[in-house]
Amino acid sequence: MSYLYAAYAATWIIHIFYLSTILTRAKRVRKEADELKRK
Amino acid sequence: MKRLFPILGVLTAILLSYALYLALVVAPTERTMGDVQRIFYYHVPSAWTAFLLFFINFFASVAYLIKRNPKIDAVAVVSAEVGVVFCTVVLVTGPLWARPVWGIWWTWDIRLTSTLVLWLIYVAYLMLRRFSTSSQTPVLAAALAVFGALDVPLVYFSIWYFRTQHPQPVIGGGGSIDPAMLHVLLINWLAFMCFAFLICWSRYRLEMVRREVEEMQSLESLLELRGAR
Repeated sequence: MSYLYAAYAATWIIHIFYLSTILTRAKRVRKEADELKRK
Repeated sequence: MKRLFPILGVLTAILLSYALYLALVVAPTERTMGDVQRIFYYHVPSAWTAFLLFFINFFASVAYLIKRNPKIDAVAVVSAEVGVVFCTVVLVTGPLWARPVWGIWWTWDIRLTSTLVLWLIYVAYLMLRRFSTSSQTPVLAAALAVFGALDVPLVYFSIWYFRTQHPQPVIGGGGSIDPAMLHVLLINWLAFMCFAFLICWSRYRLEMVRREVEEMQSLESLLELRGAR
């Protein structure tokens, strides 16, 4: 059973990690866009 | 379209939860492998989703080479990136199933090796996109993607034409599957496809905004350079 839970947990850890990188990139792009607007 | 995204997000979350419930509770326990066989409900749909995304990347790359449309290029980048994520899931869940069933984490069998090569090809594609500063990068990446896509049918059909340790395909191949297990497998695939679609959608929007900001930044630095002269 531990292998089963490890596989399911690993799947969601990979997806959540990827989603967090998208959020980080979105924040950075928004910040850059705001800086450009201010100029 | 913006209003539709949260609705689809909630529906996908419900579908993923239902698919998880089916995989862990409803699906019958396999006689020889026991509960560890349930890894199959995440491993196989992730592989099918990755293949589909790599095919989208292939068609978008061919279309980009013909039309040179930046929107098509963005579709290619997004599908490759999300495809790599799903392929990573395949490469992680596979050994977690193999250890208790085969007694080993990994073997250099054609299915496993060609999947690893597929992952490496698309990681190389993403690295090229990330680190190359040449204006020809999208063209080079599209050409790499066309050759990379050749590995997808090799991965899929390797278990049909070569002697391998990997189980036979459950649909259309030498293997067979209980109808109750097939139902759970297809629901999980649908859930992962919806999830992949939503990720691709948000990543595409981000990619388009990123390109717009990058264009504005280069324009601004050009204007600053002219002002300095």
